[in-house]
Amino acid sequence: MKINNIGYLIKEGIRGIFLHGFMSFAAVCVTIACLLIVGSFSCLAYNFNIIVEDLNKTNEVMVYVDETLSDAQARSVGTRLNQVENIYNAQFVSREEALENFIADHEGDDAFVGVDAKDLRHRYVVTLEDNELIHQTVERIKKVEGVADVKANFELAEGFSALQNVLHVASIVVIAVLLMVSLLIISNTVKLAMYDRRDEIAIMKMVGATNGFIRLPFVVEGFTLGMVGAAISFGLMWLLYDWVVVQLDSVSTLKLLLSFVPFTELLVPMVVTFAAAGLFVGVIGSWTSIRKFMDV
Amino acid sequence: MIEFTNVTKSYSVGTKALKGVSMQIEDGEFAFLVGPSGSGKSTIIKLITGELKPTSGTVHVNGYSLERIRKREIPYMRRTVGVVFQDFRLIENKTVYDNVAFAMRVIGAREREIRDRVPYVLELVGLETKSRRHPGELSGGEQQRLAIARALVNNPSTIIADEPTGNLDPARSLEIMSLLQEINNLGTTMLVVTHERDLVERFPKRVIVIDNGLVVSDGMDGYYHYEDQ
Ligand SMILES: Nc1ncnc2c1ncn2[C@@H]1O[C@H](COP(=O)(O)OP(=O)(O)O)[C@@H](O)[C@H]1O
Ligand SMILES: [Mg+2]
Repeated sequence: MKINNIGYLIKEGIRGIFLHGFMSFAAVCVTIACLLIVGSFSCLAYNFNIIVEDLNKTNEVMVYVDETLSDAQARSVGTRLNQVENIYNAQFVSREEALENFIADHEGDDAFVGVDAKDLRHRYVVTLEDNELIHQTVERIKKVEGVADVKANFELAEGFSALQNVLHVASIVVIAVLLMVSLLIISNTVKLAMYDRRDEIAIMKMVGATNGFIRLPFVVEGFTLGMVGAAISFGLMWLLYDWVVVQLDSVSTLKLLLSFVPFTELLVPMVVTFAAAGLFVGVIGSWTSIRKFMDV
Repeated sequence: MIEFTNVTKSYSVGTKALKGVSMQIEDGEFAFLVGPSGSGKSTIIKLITGELKPTSGTVHVNGYSLERIRKREIPYMRRTVGVVFQDFRLIENKTVYDNVAFAMRVIGAREREIRDRVPYVLELVGLETKSRRHPGELSGGEQQRLAIARALVNNPSTIIADEPTGNLDPARSLEIMSLLQEINNLGTTMLVVTHERDLVERFPKRVIVIDNGLVVSDGMDGYYHYEDQ
């Protein structure tokens, strides 16, 4: 394909957008609506995932230190614990602190009155990176020198992993379905635009235009519309996201449970995703719908 | 050259539109194709343009064997054949100039060639003063001239016209036929489908008569045979 032809193809594609203004407008609106829905859902899924991960960190594994060790030796167990794979944090709690905590937790109850800190053991409060691996990790912790006993809430950990897995699968399924629906709607919009121009396509075939020449202006058009749609929906997504963040922040009770990461943290993946989705939808949408019109 | 040998064409529904057509149109010839409605004339045109494939038999058009042409060769075959229809098939939102230039652009012609060639063909069909108009602003006869200019612009060796005067009054029809004859005189093979007896009589040319999917007469006095059917 010669250079002057490429110029023509691009010009013809851009011209098509303005010539069929209403169809172009409709296609961009559909793209924006679809990308906003997919984008909103992705943002929600991302934030819920972070929230569940944070909740995950609240599931603590208690690691009791061998009572025959000195205080200094007990503290050094922490260094070894932190080297164990999958341990997010190992927090030392001395026997004195543990007693204070017990008493504070059971105020008004005299179960701990008269209990001597000496009867308790030094301990570590350990949180994990990935609760799914809790069984293996607990086994490893047991082998660490100076560890006497480990107490873990396996059921809670399994509950968290199950919740996370459900969230993952659900978000992948919903996003895939939304993308398919978007592509379908957009390819139908492009099909309508092409139906509008079936006479022009028939004339091109009649005078001997090759399929590439017939198709390319439509693909240029689809590409441009997809990109415009992606840019606008990206802007709207940003505004919508910030609005939601402000709303969540204004309700103090929600703030603790549901705080969203700032949009700027998502900027790069969002730009890439929206651009890719716009490109995909515009180019694939027009490419596949024109095939129907090629056999004239 | 256009050559049909024992061509049959059945549509998927089962209608046998052509039942064994053989004919040959030499380079530079002018031929009328006449016959009653439903006799198979448009089917013959569609076989020549590669829109349809024959059910059996062979169709040769300007060196291409259309019964076994590859899909990607079809555009190149079509560049050797200009087509004109009764309903003109112009692009309403393009000017006269751009309707013609479009046919060159979509086959990848250079802008310089287009600037040279388009005014030349517009002058040939008598539309040189209307190049900035849109098809809607032209009379029926002028619209058909524009369609002829478009069919001509890529310099095809053959022009086929399916009832080109079907929508025009007798005076305009005569003008269009004269134009087609003039183009034929410049060396382009011409195959014209028509119903109009007066026209065929005014232009003493070869007449191929088709009826019920068969060639029933072929010669310089063909029209009288058509009347006999
Ligand atoms: N697409 C089609 N499907 C089925 N039958 C068709 C189709 N096109 C034409 N025919 C039939 O084929 C026969 C020839 O049609 P056609 O070539 O259009 O005739 P003409 O142009 O001489 O009027 C007619 O009987 C017509 O009904
Ligand atoms: Mg017909």
